[in-house]
Amino acid sequence: MRGKLGDRALYLYTWLIILWLASPIAVMVLFGFNDKQSKSNTSWQGFTFKWYQQLFAIDGLTEALVNSLIIAVVSTVFATVLGTLLGLAVGRYRFRGKGVTNFLIFAAISTPELVMGASLLSLFVSGNAPRGHITIIIAHTLFSLAFVVVTVRARVVGLDPSLEEAARDLGAGTWTTFRLVTLPSIMPGVAAGAMLAFALSIDDYVVTSFVNGSTQTFPLWIVGAVKVGIPPQVNVMGTLIFGIGVLLAVANAISARRKTTH
Amino acid sequence: MRRWTPYWLALPAWLWLAIFLVVPIAAMASVSLTTGNLIDGFTQTFSVSNYSDAIAKYSTQLVRSLVYGGVATVIMLVLGYPVAYWIAFKAGHRKSMFLFLLLLPFFVSFVLRTISWGFLLADDGILLGTLKGWGVLPQDFHVLATTVAVIGGLVYNFLPFMILPIYVALERVDPRVIEASYDLYASRLSTFRRVVLPLSLPGVFAGVLMTFVPATADPINAQVLGGTSNTMIGNIVQTEYLVNNDYPTASAISFTLMAVLLIGIFIYARALGTENVLEAAAR
Repeated sequence: MRGKLGDRALYLYTWLIILWLASPIAVMVLFGFNDKQSKSNTSWQGFTFKWYQQLFAIDGLTEALVNSLIIAVVSTVFATVLGTLLGLAVGRYRFRGKGVTNFLIFAAISTPELVMGASLLSLFVSGNAPRGHITIIIAHTLFSLAFVVVTVRARVVGLDPSLEEAARDLGAGTWTTFRLVTLPSIMPGVAAGAMLAFALSIDDYVVTSFVNGSTQTFPLWIVGAVKVGIPPQVNVMGTLIFGIGVLLAVANAISARRKTTH
Repeated sequence: MRRWTPYWLALPAWLWLAIFLVVPIAAMASVSLTTGNLIDGFTQTFSVSNYSDAIAKYSTQLVRSLVYGGVATVIMLVLGYPVAYWIAFKAGHRKSMFLFLLLLPFFVSFVLRTISWGFLLADDGILLGTLKGWGVLPQDFHVLATTVAVIGGLVYNFLPFMILPIYVALERVDPRVIEASYDLYASRLSTFRRVVLPLSLPGVFAGVLMTFVPATADPINAQVLGGTSNTMIGNIVQTEYLVNNDYPTASAISFTLMAVLLIGIFIYARALGTENVLEAAAR
């Protein structure tokens, strides 16, 4: 009886934590509809759709969002390609330097963002490299890369090597085997790594703040606007990104479930 | 030919990691031992005075960051463990739904989440404004720009990173081990204390690692929620680098922070009996 009561309490507690974690999201969505008159957007003043209609009315914000999307796409492609290749190497083969490689991957994940950003800035300053899109893409590729390696490696380790042997026995060359057998079977790992890379890139503030030069990204623009007041368009963009992300995740989960039940 | 395959596969990523991770950190180590300024140039003097100066100047912020990060981590552990426990053992077929709900905040940008949290806590915001309207709270009551707001923000932002690894460890616990403990007449409490808890320690370790490091080094919560009296070490590094352009001092602080965090992790690993930190973190 006491056990049942304890479970009940834990169940309610779990919901409480979930609601707490979700409450700022509700605030974000709600204040995208706030018909605010004053500069600050913290108190409710009536319902409106006008911020959705004027979504792209603030040039700097729109530009920052576009920058973020471009940087996220490009750095995701780089990180996914480099990370998949390295993930295959450490997941499949024994080679000299594997221990060092694993340490490098661990270091890339566990270095505080602050140190990563600051040290990259030192490099770019001493190399006289102009800061902008390219330096941001380099930095984002760096921190995403290791996460792609980890997700791909997990998939490669669980792979049956006899499949590839069979392909080779049937006369497939190295490239054909890779394209028709290896790649499709590690694809879920690659896709998960790519999604993670995209999410990390579009969300990053700390590292970007060091290497951006005068280029603004979505998170940087928002932090810059805190002192003067966040325009409701930021809430609307956040709401749309949230909605699209959740829809994609749910669609992905449903299609994965279909595959396993069939 | 086949012998070289792993090297070809690894080469591009190796180059990237070497040029943009190893070289910069080594360069930063060398910059932290220079004297000079941006205009006159820096000269390599191998003097450690940057470190002693930086530590003397910013010891308040360094200690404050470690305390905030530490307190936030303990709160996350206390708040998060029961959630991980319930989902792992009691959620049944709804496990993935609950995990998904816990991860919902990650679909919103970190910065935006922190700012929305600030909206909620604003002096005239929905929470305080309403309570003040009802006369429950005095008019000058505020949460923003206090220690509570910053630590609360850190807990809010990093809590899922504590819950997930603990959940993974608990999920792996064989239910038969727990049954065996009951069969041997252990009470619920002693089963938890002597069977479940020790088996979940690798998860606790990973969770603490994943929350303490980013929470201690985080500049955003202090900047958005903390006002001027709660500056953390992350803000100092940003200011020294980006506003004052004092690269030697900034490098010295970054290194001190990293060294303190590493030492902390190793002491903690020893205390917990985890021999190999790398191995525990890799799981």
